[in-house]
Amino acid sequence: MSDRITRDEVIHVARLARLELAPDEVDAFTEQLARVLEHAADVESLEVDDVPPTSHPLPLVNVFRADEITPSIDRDEVLAQAPFAEDHMFRVPPVLGEEP
Amino acid sequence: MTAIELSAAVRAGERSAVDVLDEHLARIEERDGEIHAFNLVTADLARSQAEAVDSAVAEGRDPGPLAGVPVAVKDNTCTRGIPTTCSSRILDGWLPPYNATVVDRLAAAGAVTIGKTNLDEFAMGSSTENSAFGPTRNPHDTSKVPGGSSGGSAAAVAAAFAPLAIGSDTGGSIRQPAALCGVVGAKPTYGAVSRYGLIAFASSLDQIGPFATTVADAAVLLESIGGHDPRDSTSIEAPAPSILDALDRGVDGLRVGVLTELAGGPGGVEGISPDVIARTTQAVAALEAAGAEVSEVSVPSATLGLSAYYLIAPAEASSNLSRYDGVRYGLRVDAPTTGEMNTASRSAGFGDEVKRRIMLGTYALSAGYYDAFYGKALKVRTLILRDFAAAYEKVDVLVTPTSPTTAFGFGDKTADPMAMYVNDVCTIPSNLSGHPAISVPFGVGDDGLPIGVQILGPAQSEPTIFSVAAVLEDVASKGGAR
Repeated sequence: MSDRITRDEVIHVARLARLELAPDEVDAFTEQLARVLEHAADVESLEVDDVPPTSHPLPLVNVFRADEITPSIDRDEVLAQAPFAEDHMFRVPPVLGEEP
Repeated sequence: MTAIELSAAVRAGERSAVDVLDEHLARIEERDGEIHAFNLVTADLARSQAEAVDSAVAEGRDPGPLAGVPVAVKDNTCTRGIPTTCSSRILDGWLPPYNATVVDRLAAAGAVTIGKTNLDEFAMGSSTENSAFGPTRNPHDTSKVPGGSSGGSAAAVAAAFAPLAIGSDTGGSIRQPAALCGVVGAKPTYGAVSRYGLIAFASSLDQIGPFATTVADAAVLLESIGGHDPRDSTSIEAPAPSILDALDRGVDGLRVGVLTELAGGPGGVEGISPDVIARTTQAVAALEAAGAEVSEVSVPSATLGLSAYYLIAPAEASSNLSRYDGVRYGLRVDAPTTGEMNTASRSAGFGDEVKRRIMLGTYALSAGYYDAFYGKALKVRTLILRDFAAAYEKVDVLVTPTSPTTAFGFGDKTADPMAMYVNDVCTIPSNLSGHPAISVPFGVGDDGLPIGVQILGPAQSEPTIFSVAAVLEDVASKGGAR
């Protein structure tokens, strides 16, 4: 069953999703994700080349509004919710010099 | 008393909104320690709202259709200055700087918002066992789950903590807990209720809707919160049809289809309990006796809904939940660089089910797998829309069970994610199609616990499906669902 997804793939996907997993978590998630992907085999195996995809239930078009200035959410109220803000900005640890 | 009766009494000056509130707060005080429907009871805010309602009545102003009615609000709905947690550690300490549109509309209708209800973390789950703050218990049997993800809202209404509650439904998160708790719950047409201020899980599937003890109460709540909102670009612009006006029109001559694949028919989904099938069959017979034309209708792709949903919803969730990075709100775990801080914050803040879905979605969207999984799931969505369109040429509404079983025990389905996911098998197709559906209590199972029957209809058919539910409610109230 667990050949649907490997441990290495789980570690790779977790890295893409910015999640760090302990070794026992990698084992558990590998097993569980494999079960879900096993179930998804009915979708994966469908012959639906001639069927267009639907990404949304409504036939949506772009929605425009009049270009009128209305009040926005107060900046200080938003920044007050940040873990760390300074000089009207969000403050984060160093970004440059990191590996991509 | 129903919400409609309470509101009438408050508007007539026969009951004070403050007294109504105190009565409900007393019940919460007495029993919510055991049930845990609420993450937070907002007694002070509710009291000021109730006092304003009483003042309006005293001054001869009409407070609105929900005058003085306590309403519980799912804790993934933004309330300005009041903690909104999604039952997740990652939103620890966050106070939203704005109200969801539904919260403003509740206040405008004279409602009293009594508290924020528990849910599976980020609305991901079918039992509320995934809440970071502990599960909610089913008021009918506290050894059982209330369903989920809106389990707190369903339990709050079932325990009479509030006559009405707001939930959100991405794959059944209103209807399934409504069924398990023996109350009415509806998922409106996609776009019928503004999602502004609803914290996103899967944006093309999420929809806000009502919980109530009666179909008429659910209709009043939906009419009060629905309608176009320019702040939600997916909100339907056309005026919403009146549901209350149509509620007593009955089912004489209405074409009712039993959706065979989701009602125990051959080639359909497995695992629906015999007692649930029996109540559904009985409900259909009751509609026929009330004048409906009944037939069996096939929606073949409904059997693929579960698989397609568990690719599409996680894919959208993996994108929506990327915003929780420790920068702008909620939990931050300090680390030397921003990248490490992002990872440390997310790893500490999200629970296992949320991590599972984020990874599943990231996988389904990643290079090499996109076409095989996400791309194919979107095509299944087209098949489901086509099959429903064909079905609705033959019938006006479809009937299925809401949940495959009655309420189950804590821990029964937590070891294997698929065992939990199949709870949504009957409710998911409506989210994929964007169509409305309502669950109405109809009798009990072999274990004595509530069973819900689900009525589905095409887009904006709320007046029709609510009127069908009202007929079943009437039959059940006269003992016809045993």
